[in-house]
Amino acid sequence: MDYIDPHIHMVSRTTDDYATLARMGCVAMSEPAFWAGFDRGSVDGFRDYFHQLTDVEPKRAAQYGIQHFTWLCINAKEAENVSLSRDVIAMIPEFIDRPNVLGIGEIGLNKNTKNEATVFLEHLDLAVKYQQQILIHTPHLEDKYQGTRMILDMLCDDQRIDPTRVLVDHVEEHTISEVLDRGFWAGMTLYPVTKCTPERAADMIEQVGGERLLVNSAGDWGPSKPTAVPDLIFEMRRRGHSETLIRKVVYDNPIAFFSQSQNFSFKPRT
Amino acid sequence: MQNAEEILDGTFLEVRAKLLEVAATLDRIERAQGDAGDFSDLSKKRREKVDQAIGILLSSGSDRAERLQKLFSREYEDAWRNDFGI
Repeated sequence: MDYIDPHIHMVSRTTDDYATLARMGCVAMSEPAFWAGFDRGSVDGFRDYFHQLTDVEPKRAAQYGIQHFTWLCINAKEAENVSLSRDVIAMIPEFIDRPNVLGIGEIGLNKNTKNEATVFLEHLDLAVKYQQQILIHTPHLEDKYQGTRMILDMLCDDQRIDPTRVLVDHVEEHTISEVLDRGFWAGMTLYPVTKCTPERAADMIEQVGGERLLVNSAGDWGPSKPTAVPDLIFEMRRRGHSETLIRKVVYDNPIAFFSQSQNFSFKPRT
Repeated sequence: MQNAEEILDGTFLEVRAKLLEVAATLDRIERAQGDAGDFSDLSKKRREKVDQAIGILLSSGSDRAERLQKLFSREYEDAWRNDFGI
């Protein structure tokens, strides 16, 4: 089955992973800007990173027939440095018209601090100013519930934000319903230890249905599995779910959400 | 779709293995406790959380996973924006 991974950090993966993903049916992916495993020291570090996301990775993906899209921001972890964050936010418009840029992301909270919230709100201003879609990172483990509620508060307080153009990622059992009930798209991340398994993701699909729901692998430099989306497809088939529902979650829904971005130039396989 | 019996039978060995991992881990902690002395406050709270989680597993309902997630979560305060001045 063709599928789209809507959240995968390919800068952290080998070229062999692109080959494997292509063989597993991945036809497109979107890569949000995130933390590199260390705090970058200057805006030029981010400028080089955005060049990698908008120029290098699309070419690397294309070698395997995969269409690569991306999102730009300074991530929540480095947002603790408000001064650097403001420099990066001011620089993002240099890249916003690149052909594979879908919007602003993954912005959000990490430890739910005042600085993180301040930078999150300034990213919202940027997204509104440039009419960009938004992809949101929610915190991990014990910080997730509180942080997700805080993020939803800030989004819902801003009348300029259209929930149907916002994807709230890394939802789990205790956050998924509130995200969907408030009209946002929700993303489930299949990731060992800190997020959720294919089995639990299938459980959540059974409980809430497939509307406005996406599933991704994260596939970053941590202990993650870039082929986790096919694992979910396998689990749903094993449970007897219809191909229509599976395809909706792993292919139709990403296309529906991303199609709200003017740069989403996806061409299905014929 | 699978019925309840099929789900139970199909996952029984996996669940058994996961429960054994928890049991063996708790045994390991108990064996080591004599050497390590008392828990710190943080470790005590974590140990209590594990017992509360087991209590949730023993309860009924179809929302155990959600309740477990909330047990392991920091509390949300409505007034957080006032605290931050945002």
